[in-house]
Amino acid sequence: MSNKPDFEVFRGSSNYIASKELMNSVNVAIALKKPMLIKGEPGTGKTMLARAIADTLGKQLLVWGIKSTTKASEGLYVYDTVQRLYDSQFGGHDVSNIRHYIKLGKLGEAFVSDEQAVLLIDEIDKADLEFPNDLLWELDQMSFYIPETKETIHARHRPIVIITSNAEKELPDAFLRRCIFHYIAFPSPEAMSEIVRVHYADLDKKLIEKAMEIFYWIRSFDDLQKKPSTSELLDWLQALVIGGVEPSEIKEGSIPFTGVLLKKNQDIDSLLNQARDRRVVSGFFDAIRR
Amino acid sequence: MFTDFFFLLRAYGLKVSINEWMTLMEALDRGLARASLTGFYFLCRAVLIKSEADYDKLDLAFAHYFYGVETPEELLKKLWDWLDQEVPFEGLESGVPQLEATQFDLEELKKMLEERLKEQHEEHHGGNYWIGTGGTSPFGHSGYHPGGIRLHGQSQRLSAVKVAEQRRYRDFRTDRTLDARQFQMAFRKLRQFSSKDEGPRTELDLDATVDKTCDAGGFLKLVWERPRTNIIKVLLLMDSGGSMDSYSELTRQLFQATLKSRIFKELKVYFFHNCIYDWLYHDPTCSYNKWDATDWVMKNLDPEYRVIVVGDASMAPSELMARGGIIDYFSYNEQPGIAWLKKLTGRFEHRIWLNPIPQSKWYRTFGAWTIDEIRKVFPMYELSVDGIEQAVKKLRAAR
Repeated sequence: MSNKPDFEVFRGSSNYIASKELMNSVNVAIALKKPMLIKGEPGTGKTMLARAIADTLGKQLLVWGIKSTTKASEGLYVYDTVQRLYDSQFGGHDVSNIRHYIKLGKLGEAFVSDEQAVLLIDEIDKADLEFPNDLLWELDQMSFYIPETKETIHARHRPIVIITSNAEKELPDAFLRRCIFHYIAFPSPEAMSEIVRVHYADLDKKLIEKAMEIFYWIRSFDDLQKKPSTSELLDWLQALVIGGVEPSEIKEGSIPFTGVLLKKNQDIDSLLNQARDRRVVSGFFDAIRR
Repeated sequence: MFTDFFFLLRAYGLKVSINEWMTLMEALDRGLARASLTGFYFLCRAVLIKSEADYDKLDLAFAHYFYGVETPEELLKKLWDWLDQEVPFEGLESGVPQLEATQFDLEELKKMLEERLKEQHEEHHGGNYWIGTGGTSPFGHSGYHPGGIRLHGQSQRLSAVKVAEQRRYRDFRTDRTLDARQFQMAFRKLRQFSSKDEGPRTELDLDATVDKTCDAGGFLKLVWERPRTNIIKVLLLMDSGGSMDSYSELTRQLFQATLKSRIFKELKVYFFHNCIYDWLYHDPTCSYNKWDATDWVMKNLDPEYRVIVVGDASMAPSELMARGGIIDYFSYNEQPGIAWLKKLTGRFEHRIWLNPIPQSKWYRTFGAWTIDEIRKVFPMYELSVDGIEQAVKKLRAAR
């Protein structure tokens, strides 16, 4: 299409590599004014995406991190009754005005913001099963009612809503129907080298190659409880650089700083077993060759 | 517009709603597909599909609708063999000619492909006419024709229109029969709240605050209490034996729902084959050496654990009643299965058995006799959302 689109277009940023498909989905979500639901393995940059969108479009980023105890209403507003009680005891403030004690949550903030904001609802699956349903109306209508002040808050500018999920819980259909969905697949080795290049531009090529080889080798084990992801690879590369490790020192038998890649004892054990099995097998073939 | 595509998607088992379809129409109206089929494919995926498990179904439906792609077997076997070879990569970068009129329409391409297939009798790599790898012919893979049909092979350029044919998301398919969410909702009721003597006091106790404040003559006194958390611990024992295979989808759903629900304080999972004997296994294959002794499990898990056994309880009477009745050829059990089940009964007060066989068939099925015997020691419910709800009630009930 040659004519300019009537919405702002996200094209990835200098420090975030987004696949064409992902950029496409983001732009569809922005154009259709729908929340964008992002799923994918941990460490594939779901959370980073929102920051990258905010940065490239020059918008404010509001992060609403979800915990198991988070309630939908907290994202809209909180009525600080305790503060009001205290103030009524000790004076100093005008307690007759409830409005002083209504504090907007992240979603509320995004609604009243003077400019369009990017709202990240991070790890929505951490919350209670009913949580997404409780937000349906607000995300659809972009408004909510505060009974205490008899006010309705309308969104001045419809925020760009990015929602991430680790698929710990199934999300309700009614909620899914309203979202634009994208699954971030784990990056291929080629895409991964590009990601590494963006983060560490001047790293020794040989070191990166060797590290990537080991990284994808480790990822190929099926019995790992937690496979290392992009962020672990990046951390590991940094550790290798700080530790002054030479590419030749990275071997399947002795991987420096294994703890950066694998976080569970069982995983480190099974890695050692794999390496030992490999040594036994290759030793066997060496013996035959001789 | 495309209404038959909508019905095709639904026929492929995708739960596309009218709302989503209207959203897609709106997106098309605004030119978000950028007038290309690839654009349309990604647009469909973003708007209509809500789980990576369904990506594969979309790929299939898309290929069906837009190309009528034949299954590989129907294509010339030889063609696939040629295309299986990877391209020699060097030297291609420099010599790509600029093509005029690069976009053919699909019908035209398909016709050309058929004709070309009839003409061509040998392998061909590179070049700009024959079907093969590399080169700029519109047919084959790894080539440089911007609007061609990619046949088989890894997409190295992604310029071909047929991304759908790759079926990259095949592994995510689940084919759900029952919604895992329904199971999770049922399990939510399995809650028993903690007593009030552990953990930090973080919740405002409103009633006590009012009382204390009144006691202090209207001077505000805040009272905090400890939040209540679920203290239910669950021991899940799953039959993964042969006769359970036909229910594997159902049990997998249940298993996922239990693992993911995260509402239990602790969750231990073991597997067994047909009946419980000396060992409980760590994985569904019941492989040798990956086990814990059943005695050890009973000793180490306190009696507060809620035991949920999932199995069809259908076996030969000897497997349940006889010494050495264990089905695995190389094993021998000193005590019959029923004795082990009774041991569990002695240790764990709260226990239920979930049976994937519908309750209406318990009296007529192959395992009717053993089902009846096991029901005497384990309260049995059918593995359905209703059954689980009843079972949960039973598990929660005070002794």
